[in-house]
Amino acid sequence: MTTNTIAGTHTGHTEEHHNPGFIKTYLFSTDHKMIARQFLFVSLFFLLVGGILAGMVRWQLGFPGEPMPGGNLLPDTMAPGGIILPEFYNSLVTMHATFMVFFALMPMLAGVFGNLLIPLQIGADDMAFPRLNMLSFWITPVAGIVMLSSFFVEGGAAGAGWTSYAPLSASGEWTGVYLGQQLWLISLIIVGFSSITGAINYVSTVINMRAPGMTWFRIPLATWSLFITAWLLLLAVPILTGGLILLLFDQTIGTAFFRTEGSGEPLLWQHIFWFFGHPEVYILILPAMGLVSDIIPCRSRKPIFGYHSMVLALVTIAFLGWVVWGHHMFQSGMNPMLGMSFMVTTVLIAVPSAIKTFNWLGTLWRGDIHFDTPLLHAVAFVSLFIIGGLSGIFMASAPVDIYIHDTYFIVAHLHYVLVGGTLFGIFAGITFWYPKMFGRMMHEGLGKIHWILSFIFYNLTFFPMHNLGVQGMMRRIYDPNQYEFLQALQPMNTFISYNMFIFAGVQVIFAFNFLWSLKKGKKADNNPWKSNTLEWTVPSPPPHGNFPEIPMVYRGPYEYSHPDTEEDFYPQDVPPPTSGSEGYSFGAPTPEPVPGD
Amino acid sequence: MNHAATAPVDRSYMPGMKVDNLKLGMWVFLLSEVMFFTALIGSYIILRYAHPDHWTEPGVILNVPLTALNTFFLICSSVTMVKAFAAIQQGNQKGLKLWLLATILIGTLFVGIQVYEYNILGSEGFVPAVENYHAVGRGHHEAGAPSLGGPLYGATFYSMTGFHGAHVSLGVLALWFVFIKAMRGGYTKEDNRGVEIVGLYWHFVDLVWIILFTIVYLI
Repeated sequence: MTTNTIAGTHTGHTEEHHNPGFIKTYLFSTDHKMIARQFLFVSLFFLLVGGILAGMVRWQLGFPGEPMPGGNLLPDTMAPGGIILPEFYNSLVTMHATFMVFFALMPMLAGVFGNLLIPLQIGADDMAFPRLNMLSFWITPVAGIVMLSSFFVEGGAAGAGWTSYAPLSASGEWTGVYLGQQLWLISLIIVGFSSITGAINYVSTVINMRAPGMTWFRIPLATWSLFITAWLLLLAVPILTGGLILLLFDQTIGTAFFRTEGSGEPLLWQHIFWFFGHPEVYILILPAMGLVSDIIPCRSRKPIFGYHSMVLALVTIAFLGWVVWGHHMFQSGMNPMLGMSFMVTTVLIAVPSAIKTFNWLGTLWRGDIHFDTPLLHAVAFVSLFIIGGLSGIFMASAPVDIYIHDTYFIVAHLHYVLVGGTLFGIFAGITFWYPKMFGRMMHEGLGKIHWILSFIFYNLTFFPMHNLGVQGMMRRIYDPNQYEFLQALQPMNTFISYNMFIFAGVQVIFAFNFLWSLKKGKKADNNPWKSNTLEWTVPSPPPHGNFPEIPMVYRGPYEYSHPDTEEDFYPQDVPPPTSGSEGYSFGAPTPEPVPGD
Repeated sequence: MNHAATAPVDRSYMPGMKVDNLKLGMWVFLLSEVMFFTALIGSYIILRYAHPDHWTEPGVILNVPLTALNTFFLICSSVTMVKAFAAIQQGNQKGLKLWLLATILIGTLFVGIQVYEYNILGSEGFVPAVENYHAVGRGHHEAGAPSLGGPLYGATFYSMTGFHGAHVSLGVLALWFVFIKAMRGGYTKEDNRGVEIVGLYWHFVDLVWIILFTIVYLI
């Protein structure tokens, strides 16, 4: 940021003046839009990795003890003769979750959309700290490589679950995994720095870099949610880093923070992990809520229902997220009285969540709904989030949790929130902002086919898991057939596996559409969705420095079908017809002559 | 866009805070640091309540007078840091360099005394690892002395003071960068943000130490 960029002349930032070489443009770029694209490709790669691991998990559960197609390619320490070993199965479950949470979903939400949308939606020319931003990107693939490499060390990759509960994780003698577990810890410590540096950037940018007139309650909800998420990242990730370091000490230098030899406290790890882990749950869902909150009003051509309540619900969820971590630990031996208070705070979160849900429905109600791919994904998000939210209430009440704790019911619940919620939200976001990122539209027909098939096979995969859980099938179990009472569930497990393979196969349509549209998609103009927010006022993709001059913001982001305009949208930077005294410009500073250089 | 922080920006007509990005960013970063130390201190509190037998009376194992002196040094370094910033705010280049150098020297002294203390404690069997823990207490070197406290005392002691020491060392490194820039006349009466934000970090590290000294050494 220099004075001249603020001053709106931008002499140094037009395309013709700014022409760095290939490496500076595509690899070590400080431009937030390029960093967003880098994050997108890296996180899509890790989404693929996580998906392959999930496929192997489902093979074992669907066809236990049978050789996996292509399993011969794996070394004998993982799958001799293509049959997955129990130890390798532990690694698969652990690494599937780790890759999906830390390397696919988090970078896709905060990394991609945080970088792309925050500066564009608040009318800034870049992040507050562009070089720190570049650093926060480059840390991620490094950590990912460390994580991937743990598959190839002696003992294999970490196998103590993504929650890495001590004492299982604190000493290799329980799992047979020594170096793999340490690499897991080191990788997460590294990727934590990416989250923290990113969060510092997002928070500073939103607070300090807003364009004139962009008051707090004119910020689009996508940016609001990313701002709140940045606060959660900033405050929660260091807690995890602290815990990971102590666990690493237990593993390497022989301390006993969490090991039972030497009177450590295994339960302390659970408290530290979930004190981070529950805000983490909201880190994974709030940005998706924000993306959907931008898409639904735009595609319904209506102002969002209850903008202020949407913001306050976000803030409330973020606050309550800090006092509910114990609901993951009802069965851990924690004081039951404490469980009671965690139960109450957890159920309270249903209130802001329901406010958001009803506001989305209220926005759709009697709207002029355009059923294109982003909206379809957004509606899928809302409906699947409702199911995931309702099954969450089951676990939140301690008496019910006693019965279903650590069964496939929780697996179903968390996949309804993280796949049905977050991943469909991400699909909505990618299809909606793809033109802004790459300058071309994605293919609409392919997008719809991808959506309907994903929606069907997603539900066929995960809904029956509720049933498995209620009937007692444990989470993370290698072969449920070892228990007689679970043998009857094998046909349902096989059914789930078939559907999961189809669900995964359907994603090929998305990958094809994504890559094909990069070159062959229809060229996008500035504002293909006729949206109000500032990112649609600039070319697709926006030039370096984003705005030819700092925009002036006159109104909130959701003024669709406004009576004052001929068109059914009213962009934030269009001056009201009679200058100054219009009711809709309240709060905006008088546009003063901008100080020159 | 590489010139992220080359000149102060006039924000008088922007809706943001009337604070420079760098300073805001440092405050935000310090919040995350608070949470990091919270994880360490919180673990310490829980472990100590669960296993009071692992701790001894203050001063039996740890050298309180030496560390009290070290604490005094660190507080002094905060004063010299303030003096450095006050000097450049008045355009006093010579004062800036002198007070920065003083801060660097005192910071280095602090880390040096900590390393010396670690050496002594290690030789007396006060180590973080469970297997090797055999703390005999201050000044006891006769063979076969009984072990005092327990390994959780050692583990929490080294993790908390060690991470603080690492922060001081990083602070000294950052101060060197600021000092080199100051030697080249990089700070002026008008633009001295580098001195101010490294100062913020330095005061934070100092404050954390006062908390750590109290709960680790005195209680």
